[in-house]
Amino acid sequence: MADLTDLGVAAIRDGVRLGEFSAVEVADAFVVKVAQAKALNAFLVETPDHALAAARQADAARAAGEVLKPLAGVPIGMKDLFCTAGVATTAASHILEGFVPTYESTVSQNLWDAGAGMLGKLNMDQFAMGSSNETSAFGNVISPWRRSGGSNADLAPGGSSGGSSTAVSARLCPGATGTDTGGSIRQPAAFTGISGIKPTYGRCSRWGTIAFASSLDQAGPMARDVRDCAILLEAMSGFDAKDGTSLKLDVPKWEHGLSSNLSGLRVGIPKEYRIDGSPEEIDALWQRGIDWLKDAGAEIVDVSLPHTKYALPAYYIIAPAEASSNLARYDGVRYGLRDLPEGAGLQDMYAATRADGFGAEVKRRILIGTYVLSAGFYDAYFTQASKIRTLIARDFEQAFTQCDVILTPTAPSAAFALGEKSADPLAMYLNDVFTVPSSLAGLPAMSVPGGLDKQGLPLGLQIIGKPLDEQGVLNAGLAIEERAGFTARPEAWW
Amino acid sequence: MSVDTTTVKKIAGLARIAITDDDAARIAPELDNILGWIEQLGEVDTSGVEPMTAVIPNVLRLRDDVIDADPLTGGGKRDQLMKNAPQGEHGFFTVPKVIE
Repeated sequence: MADLTDLGVAAIRDGVRLGEFSAVEVADAFVVKVAQAKALNAFLVETPDHALAAARQADAARAAGEVLKPLAGVPIGMKDLFCTAGVATTAASHILEGFVPTYESTVSQNLWDAGAGMLGKLNMDQFAMGSSNETSAFGNVISPWRRSGGSNADLAPGGSSGGSSTAVSARLCPGATGTDTGGSIRQPAAFTGISGIKPTYGRCSRWGTIAFASSLDQAGPMARDVRDCAILLEAMSGFDAKDGTSLKLDVPKWEHGLSSNLSGLRVGIPKEYRIDGSPEEIDALWQRGIDWLKDAGAEIVDVSLPHTKYALPAYYIIAPAEASSNLARYDGVRYGLRDLPEGAGLQDMYAATRADGFGAEVKRRILIGTYVLSAGFYDAYFTQASKIRTLIARDFEQAFTQCDVILTPTAPSAAFALGEKSADPLAMYLNDVFTVPSSLAGLPAMSVPGGLDKQGLPLGLQIIGKPLDEQGVLNAGLAIEERAGFTARPEAWW
Repeated sequence: MSVDTTTVKKIAGLARIAITDDDAARIAPELDNILGWIEQLGEVDTSGVEPMTAVIPNVLRLRDDVIDADPLTGGGKRDQLMKNAPQGEHGFFTVPKVIE
């Protein structure tokens, strides 16, 4: 029998349904792979029992002749931002060490209800703040990819969903959850040669997902191909009364709606995404993407998103402002770490706990957020950024009168080496230049692999869609996937 | 606008994060650099533009005005809430003495 860990979500689901293999065989195979991959540091907690219990249920249901659930027999990885009942959840922060939720996030519950099992909790940038997975309190995640030519430099798996991207691309799980605030699903997917979609803001409930910037945070799937993303997103999405921003809409049948025939589709190419000094390979990749979509029947139109250059600085006001407010809850009183110096009062306990518990990047963002919200600066920073957010959303609205989806590169470069950018926060922030604008506008957007650079590292193409048009995004992604013929995978060295 | 160590200490105090002089001296130029880069937002003419409050138009829902309208977020969860408390006694969170 072929190696079961080479199979994706759809192939596992179908194989279990047809009885080609059992769900327990699949779970066992992945559990072994996870246990052998400690060097990648992708998992913070391994939960083989959870995966096996779900697999046994799937096999029992099949033996009893029942109709199988949509994800029966599919084991997945869960980003550690999702609260999982009885399983330690830390958002990769020291301040939540020892926290064991007594409840289940809506997104993870939806996946279990659909029959999926959990292989473990995935490492990430601390509180989802980072683009390289170097801000985790529990060590860097190492990308399974290596530069060609025998280089042994450890590469960044992207962030913040770096455990997810590493686990999927190293075949430790067929699919994983991610969350995206400014690019945290798409950029790591691009860095590791996998697919990932951030749906329209409000499609996935935020309930039980540890908050970073609530007006931006959206969950989404990461998997090896577009179909697998569609299947997982269908299971994760849906109205939830417990999240005030959850959209009261039915979940479309995205997998059923997949079609790579794009005739009549207008694809916008925004001129502002051509940035000076971007590597030639990124431009070449973008051009290949344009050619592939033309080949699929689409019409290419030039569009303009004039406020693009202001998206990143606006994001670095809005996201830290919301974070400084959301993270005020970590006070050493109700959960997580408490640091009580000898003879300290309440205020000293707060300050000591937070100084000890938060990592450097988290503190940096809390300080920026506190600053821009402080008396005298609120209007100049926060209100101005919120107005610019309106202008950015308006840019997209106007572009979408001329086109149906927008095609851009996902990131301005391939994966960089760990340590290469960590000394300069601003250089790190610039990694999200192509993903942040659609986040600010709440739009669905996905990354699909487009090829390899000269060093043999994956590059991703991003498709941005109209609000609620995940189908259009997935279909354009599928057309690229079929033409890119991306079969490269990292050689196992771990 | 430049961020100095005094400003960093002040905002760290507002954010309830203990900070040493060395840390403040290290962080000040970092924040100054980031906030200097953010200053470019001032170039944009936003007169007559409403600040965004919701990315996707949505209505604010009200739950039914009854106890435990949603059993998951309703009451009666004291023991669950206390389960992760660093220190608790008799069903209360405990903190160091607040009033002398």
